[in-house]
Amino acid sequence: MANNKLQQAATNLLGWVDERFPLTSNVKAHLTEYYAPKNFNFWYFFGSLALLVLVLQILTGIFLTMNYKPDASLAFASVEYIMRDVSWGRLIRYMHSTGASMFFVVVYLHMFRGLIYGSYRTPRELIWLFGVGIFLVLMGEAFFGYLLPWGQMSYWGAQVIINLFTSIPFIGPDISLWLRGDYTVSDATLNRFFAFHVIALPLVLLGLVVAHLIALHEAGSNNPDGVEIKKHKDPKTKIPLDGIPFHPYYTVKDLVGVSVFLIVFSAIIFFAPEMGGYFLEANNFIPADPLKTPPHIAPVWYFTPYYSILRAVPPILNSQFPGVAAMGLSVVSFAFLPWLDRSPVKSIRYRGTLYKKWLAAFVVSFLILGYLGTEPSNVWGQFSPETWIVGGADRATVVARVFSLVYFSFFALMPWYTKKDKTKPVPERVTA
Amino acid sequence: MKTKILLVLALLLPLMAIANEGVELDHAPIDPSNQASLQRGAKVFVNYCLNCHSAAYMRYNRLQDIGLTDAQIKSNLMFAGEKVGDTMTVTIQKADAKAWFGATPPDLSVEARARGADWLYSYLRGFYRDDTRPTGWNNVVYDKVAMPHVLWSLQGEQVLKIDEKTESHQLVLAKQGSMTPAEYDETIADLVNYLVFMAEPFKERDKNLGLLVLAFLGLLFVLTYYLKKEFWKDIH
Repeated sequence: MANNKLQQAATNLLGWVDERFPLTSNVKAHLTEYYAPKNFNFWYFFGSLALLVLVLQILTGIFLTMNYKPDASLAFASVEYIMRDVSWGRLIRYMHSTGASMFFVVVYLHMFRGLIYGSYRTPRELIWLFGVGIFLVLMGEAFFGYLLPWGQMSYWGAQVIINLFTSIPFIGPDISLWLRGDYTVSDATLNRFFAFHVIALPLVLLGLVVAHLIALHEAGSNNPDGVEIKKHKDPKTKIPLDGIPFHPYYTVKDLVGVSVFLIVFSAIIFFAPEMGGYFLEANNFIPADPLKTPPHIAPVWYFTPYYSILRAVPPILNSQFPGVAAMGLSVVSFAFLPWLDRSPVKSIRYRGTLYKKWLAAFVVSFLILGYLGTEPSNVWGQFSPETWIVGGADRATVVARVFSLVYFSFFALMPWYTKKDKTKPVPERVTA
Repeated sequence: MKTKILLVLALLLPLMAIANEGVELDHAPIDPSNQASLQRGAKVFVNYCLNCHSAAYMRYNRLQDIGLTDAQIKSNLMFAGEKVGDTMTVTIQKADAKAWFGATPPDLSVEARARGADWLYSYLRGFYRDDTRPTGWNNVVYDKVAMPHVLWSLQGEQVLKIDEKTESHQLVLAKQGSMTPAEYDETIADLVNYLVFMAEPFKERDKNLGLLVLAFLGLLFVLTYYLKKEFWKDIH
């Protein structure tokens, strides 16, 4: 009897809320009656994992903010204070620093999923554009956050990147000055970067993530076959025949992904938080010194493909601007994919070999450019002076130029090779 | 699809290769679980380094982690009436140090994370006599270093022998100090072991916690895996 009364009370409360706030209808629209294709595979874990990392970054960020001092004379010491004197501070900090890199790992894999299954194609262009927006803001967030520990790499990395803006014709120097708030990276820069990192960009990021999800739930999820499950609905229930409710099916499936991710994540935090210098650079354990330039300045690994492209483009008329423009274009190019792809099919499963070859070339370029960006340009030595055309040039620079061309060709030639490519017939319904 | 994932991983491997530049460094034979070595290293550190170099983020009582009691720390490793909860600061003025040595001695709290154990181990064994330098000392790992060879009375004096023909450079002990070369190497290994500990005092202890966390997550994985299987058994 008591149970019935309790149940009645709960139903009444829910009714009371629903009359004032669309709770039940939202839970239905986004979870229990959001029908996702039943054939999601490995690549579909990374969306929910990106959301998990976002939440982790915000939570750990809140606790770091409680002890961090955004002051050029205190910042470095306050990070060590967190590492040594704040209860569990070292783990919170490592979760945040590892989370930054893992955010890019899962986002890159998430984007790759979009590439292979054509998730950016009609009717999902806006989902993709919001996603590119998230990617851009994430890069900004990572860049601003990297200054905060106030180590040598923080300092000189910020110096180099802000100086890039100086190369923009006419307005460049003023833009750099405006960004820095000073003539060099200084306390003023640290303060504003702190403001961008902890409030300005996270707000934009959250807004874009909400837009990304609302757009996704409007258009419906794509799947490894690239077929629209909404085309075949049960005539009575109007539920897609190949769709299953997101909750509980994909919530329990994503929990498996979350467990595996947390195992990898914890292994890094506890056993290799520096990841051999790729997640935390050795030079960043030396406090920022405006008078001492480190011999080799490299950005963190997730920026290195674009940094390689920047270095690969030779200056024109003594201006570095072409390189800066190429770097910007290399990131923004992703936004044009929905209109560059002319293939009649979405998924790589039904595309021909031409697209597969180009995609493979793109992935290889991305990885090689990424590796070269972590190294100085003379890492592979020079060609001998007698070599045809490239005599005397740094080998790595020439290689970076070739792969930069491949990188841009993947986008620029896409309308041609996707149209020309021989495709296979697409099934009506999803396959297993 | 699986082979494709493997291919991607294989391509990522070169990214993990660590750049190697400058002089070939000797491998530091350190053992973070050897408390006796850490304690000997701490003794060398406070006696020889902690006069010019501070370790301003390291508290004396953190040395409890290498098996010392507060009383032992106070009576053996603290000389200027500090409190055991204080950090390892020095009284040398930065401006004075700059005037005397030409450079401010850096704080050593996290030096091991900036330089790496092998660098420190090679550097501290790499001093040699060089009359062209103001201090009379130079270093094979850090050319024209401002710091004189503080441990010379232990190691003695090395000179750099250069063979013009083969262009080989070799350090030769010209005058032995109070230690044999083997004893000196061991002392430096202890010191580097301590510097590595000091840079991240909780590291070893957290590894045990890490194993517990991984064991828990392993269980969570098994649980979620079968939960998923159970829920999905009617989906074909």
